[in-house]
Amino acid sequence: MSVADVRVLVLRAAGINCDEEVMHCWQLAGAKPTLMHVNRLAENPSILDRYTIVTIPGGFSYGDDIAAGQILAQRILLELEEPFRRLVDRGGGLLGICNGFQILVKTGLLPGGDVGRNQVTVTYNDSAKFEARWVRLEVGTEHCVFLTPGTCLELPIEHAEGKVVTASDTVVKQLKENGHIAVCYVDTEGRYDCYPANPNGSIAGIAGLCDPTGRIFGLMPHPDRHFDHTHHPCWTRRRPTGPPDGLTVFQNAVTYWSH
Amino acid sequence: MSRHSVQATHRWHVRVRPRTAQLDGHGRDVLTEVHQIGLGHIEGIRSSRIYFLAGSLGEPDVRLIAEELLTDPVAEKYECSPGFSQRNDLEPAVEVHTLPGVMNPVAMSTLEAAQRLLKARVGKQATIEDVQTARRYEIVGARNCADLEQIAAKTLANECIETWYVDGFGRSDQIPDSFPAPPSRPFRVRHIPICNLGDDDLVRLSREAHLFLSLTEMEAIREHFGQLGREPTDLELETLAQTWSEHCVHKTLKSAIDYSGDDFGRTGHVKVHFDNLLKETIVAATTKLNRDWCLSVFVDNAGVIAFDGEYGLAFKVETHNHPSAIEPYGGAATGVGGCIRDIMGCGLGAKPIASTDVFCLGPPDFDATRLPKDVLHPRRILKGVVGGVRDYGNRMGIPTVNGAIYFDERYLANPLVFCGCVGLIPGDRIHKQPRPGDRIVVAGGRTGRDGIHGATFSSAELTETHAEEFSHAVQIGHAIEEKKLLDALLLARDHPGGCLYSAVTDCGAGGLSSAVGEMGAMLGAMVDLDDVPLKYSGLRYDEIWISEAQERMVFAVLPERLEALLAVFADEEVEATVIGTFTDDRILRVRYQGETVGELDMKFLHEGVPRVTLTARWTTGQNEGSRPAGCGDQNDDAAPNNRLLRALGELNTASKEWVIRQYDHEVQGRSVIKPLVGTGFGPSDAAVLRPRYDGQKAVAVGCGLCPELSDIDPYRMAVAAVDEALRNVICVGANPEHTAILDNFCWPKVDTAESLGALVRACRGASDAAVAYGLPFISGKDSLNNEFSMSADEAKRTGLPEQIAIPYTLLISALGVIEDVRQCVSMDLKEPGNCLVVASAPVDRVGLDKACAMHRRVSELIRAGKVRAAHDVSDGGLAVAIAEMCVASNLGATVNVSSEAYGDSIFAPSATTYVLEMTMAVAEASGLPVIGRVEAGPHVRIKSDRLEPIDLPVAELAEAWRAPLAQGGGR
Repeated sequence: MSVADVRVLVLRAAGINCDEEVMHCWQLAGAKPTLMHVNRLAENPSILDRYTIVTIPGGFSYGDDIAAGQILAQRILLELEEPFRRLVDRGGGLLGICNGFQILVKTGLLPGGDVGRNQVTVTYNDSAKFEARWVRLEVGTEHCVFLTPGTCLELPIEHAEGKVVTASDTVVKQLKENGHIAVCYVDTEGRYDCYPANPNGSIAGIAGLCDPTGRIFGLMPHPDRHFDHTHHPCWTRRRPTGPPDGLTVFQNAVTYWSH
Repeated sequence: MSRHSVQATHRWHVRVRPRTAQLDGHGRDVLTEVHQIGLGHIEGIRSSRIYFLAGSLGEPDVRLIAEELLTDPVAEKYECSPGFSQRNDLEPAVEVHTLPGVMNPVAMSTLEAAQRLLKARVGKQATIEDVQTARRYEIVGARNCADLEQIAAKTLANECIETWYVDGFGRSDQIPDSFPAPPSRPFRVRHIPICNLGDDDLVRLSREAHLFLSLTEMEAIREHFGQLGREPTDLELETLAQTWSEHCVHKTLKSAIDYSGDDFGRTGHVKVHFDNLLKETIVAATTKLNRDWCLSVFVDNAGVIAFDGEYGLAFKVETHNHPSAIEPYGGAATGVGGCIRDIMGCGLGAKPIASTDVFCLGPPDFDATRLPKDVLHPRRILKGVVGGVRDYGNRMGIPTVNGAIYFDERYLANPLVFCGCVGLIPGDRIHKQPRPGDRIVVAGGRTGRDGIHGATFSSAELTETHAEEFSHAVQIGHAIEEKKLLDALLLARDHPGGCLYSAVTDCGAGGLSSAVGEMGAMLGAMVDLDDVPLKYSGLRYDEIWISEAQERMVFAVLPERLEALLAVFADEEVEATVIGTFTDDRILRVRYQGETVGELDMKFLHEGVPRVTLTARWTTGQNEGSRPAGCGDQNDDAAPNNRLLRALGELNTASKEWVIRQYDHEVQGRSVIKPLVGTGFGPSDAAVLRPRYDGQKAVAVGCGLCPELSDIDPYRMAVAAVDEALRNVICVGANPEHTAILDNFCWPKVDTAESLGALVRACRGASDAAVAYGLPFISGKDSLNNEFSMSADEAKRTGLPEQIAIPYTLLISALGVIEDVRQCVSMDLKEPGNCLVVASAPVDRVGLDKACAMHRRVSELIRAGKVRAAHDVSDGGLAVAIAEMCVASNLGATVNVSSEAYGDSIFAPSATTYVLEMTMAVAEASGLPVIGRVEAGPHVRIKSDRLEPIDLPVAELAEAWRAPLAQGGGR
């Protein structure tokens, strides 16, 4: 499979508003993205057969009415859950960013595996406010195909409902032991629980989760807003090397799926 | 089926609450506000959401909806009961409902999702027909009913759009067991007798019908209908009032004026006649500068400048003051939404890429017991307007990148809310032309009774009774509806077969009346009001016509393209409906139920407003007792260390981080210089965006606002505002020869020669500075009558004047192109050992030409890559500018200011002054005075000729700068 063959479906819906930059990130990474309204996909889910990865970008799908991502999540459960599962079963992937992550969690596609639906959720920040700030993330798993193990990423968060909560402590343990915790908020001293390094009070500093295959990945921070060095808040005072942190998420996926 | 063995009931309610107090962030948030209004004994607030469901539903259906849709099973729990009204709380509680007829977006989404769920899981046995929502708060620690009432009225509900019910301490308000219908009125065409009215009656009619037209204007209408030999209908009168309102036609700024008083920018006395003030000042500046990169100026919903060979940039700033005074959240949200629609309705549609917001408010620590009746506390206004901008902008996916907040007691009853929006527009989509025969299509949200009389309301003075009288003028925003409309509009604009419409405009102030009236001004139009989609029945025809219901736009569509356009909109789930046709007879005809309810001559409608000659006067120093604010007072004898700490903590200087972090300033991935910069989150002078992903060209957005100088001379104020806006964009790297500006005048009533004189001086100041600096105006807007009156008793009780007028306020917004984003500079210090240089040529002392030369010189240094950090000197003077640069970087500075290097007090605000960081070699070559150096140790040391040395750790400065507004000014 050549690089050009990594076909990505970027979903949009009423209120999804990060589709443009997500499309651009996939293009920069060398994939072939297509933008599609969820209504068109729901009319003909077999469209998915032609794609390797589905991305649900950030935004406020259906206004985040009731709760963040709730209405689109419910729609996916009714109309698209099986097609999504088939895509992953045949080796494809799902990426959810911000609102997309909330949706993957609320549908139970994340964390997946032994952890059933309704064991994990994403809810209001401890501050009860929308908050925008840059955070430092530690990659916490070896097997997520979107991430480079052992690295740190600097990305912005921009959300009001980003706090990951579990139904019990047992679930947190399961998430840790089974390698679901893909990325965690961490401060420069390595702590997960200090505000503002952990901006929302997420348990165990969880910023993103992946399923047991490592091919379903979702996170609250925005890799799509750090695809260029000039996005970093301190870019005027540093000389970075290597690709921008956010872009690596897309590049890792393209590398994985083109081999 | 057994699951339907329970008799299907028509009404249920589901109550959803957080599982633990820890998960009740909203409750905690409300508790903070409750403590802020002085009820410190309240121990806790437990919030819950209530959904009222109506339809053919059994308990299993309701539980299905509750579990699958309404409740997050990890974080929340629910209970459901038949009927709407049964509650059983142990604690006293307050419940807040939306008033009948007010749009409730959550209820609309919930209804749609519940219908889908039932269809998929239950089938036809269950149906859901209507949903409403409410919020309920259990109040722990309340002592009596008065506590509950105060909490409900002051923190939980806004009575313009909501109603509340109290349950506790013996009071148990009956919650209605059905959905109350909005009031409905039977149809009949109403004519308003005017032809035989005397002058007094004309004035009374104007006031009582909320027309807000002057006697001269009423006389012109009387004469017009006298000639026609008939009385106007209410709709015709309303249409004239909307079209002739100050808000829509800017009649004061366009009037003829005889000015006598101080000369402009030099000493002496002059008499000047203006035929049209706006045209001969602001517009004349643009004409004189004649820049070929100005692509569309003053004619459209926004101004457009060239960006690169393919694209232009549209920019517009609007105010939404009166609505924000009454309902800050909704007022600001719809202000943002309206300005975004201006960009969407610019040319054939621009894509919004950034928003700005500027607020002028009363001080957040104002004594609450001294508030005039019906005036909201500044803290509540601040919280509300920030929330409105946040929720609308964030949901639209448009980054809010630049702004300012200015506090002055005179904005107490008249807060100012400026909302700006920048759009990217293809070069071949800048011009539009509706044609006779084009269908009139209204698209977006439905029309309701919200926002009636907004245009005329905004042209009135506020009073103690305004909240009640104008509650119908409050508009409710629904950002997702507008986002869908934007998605559909851009698809139709960029349709493979060419743009699917010939013109578009937003439905703003005046609703359909303005949108159709303006678009068809040179044509004529025929509209059938029966075809306008309504939110609910019972609207009168004139309400349909003038409603300012949000999220609607009007398109002119060639008949052969109509089908394709409607298909695009249907795909995006946006309602689009043909409501009429543009004609060629220059008559505006409006029909309802087969009858003509309005027939107006477009010429009279658009050109009939009588022009008057007004008298204006100004002598500087005439305003006895007024005093400039700020901290440049030379006689302040406090120790300089304390002065610096105090200056950093001045509300107008203090960090606005609490506000900024609530805004998404990075969505779309275009933001390059953001509002908070450096490792210490310092205050950026301007924002920078890279509009195209595939290029390095960028654009800076900044603003200037100096109302404190109005107390001395509005001419100086206007020059300073232009100077500040320019300084801000230059600091980040903009090219001053490719920078355009916008004007937004906010004035008190312009009913005296002095107030008009002030306006004349501000127009001249702004245009003189624009010409000298080479900055064309491309668009502007004014909001007059920002004045509040109260009874003598109320004035005595509050210790405030009976009449509160805002300071003369001019906001200048700047849009400057940057050739290469890598040239950008931020204000945080970069490297120990570098030099600090001051570049200063204060415009009020050296004149516009020399000041201009200094701006150009600084800009050339920055764009040549010779400057590592640049910051504008404004409130708090040089000392504050240096302190901010240190706070932003956690680096220190040692500074020695001699009076040769810098003539002013280091605390004096100054125009045309910059602090620059450069290497030693570059600094020496620049010829600019070196005043100090950057230090690795985080310490600020400033020596000056006239003051004791300043010596403070950066951490202490940072604390002084951050603390005042850390929680929105709450104590």
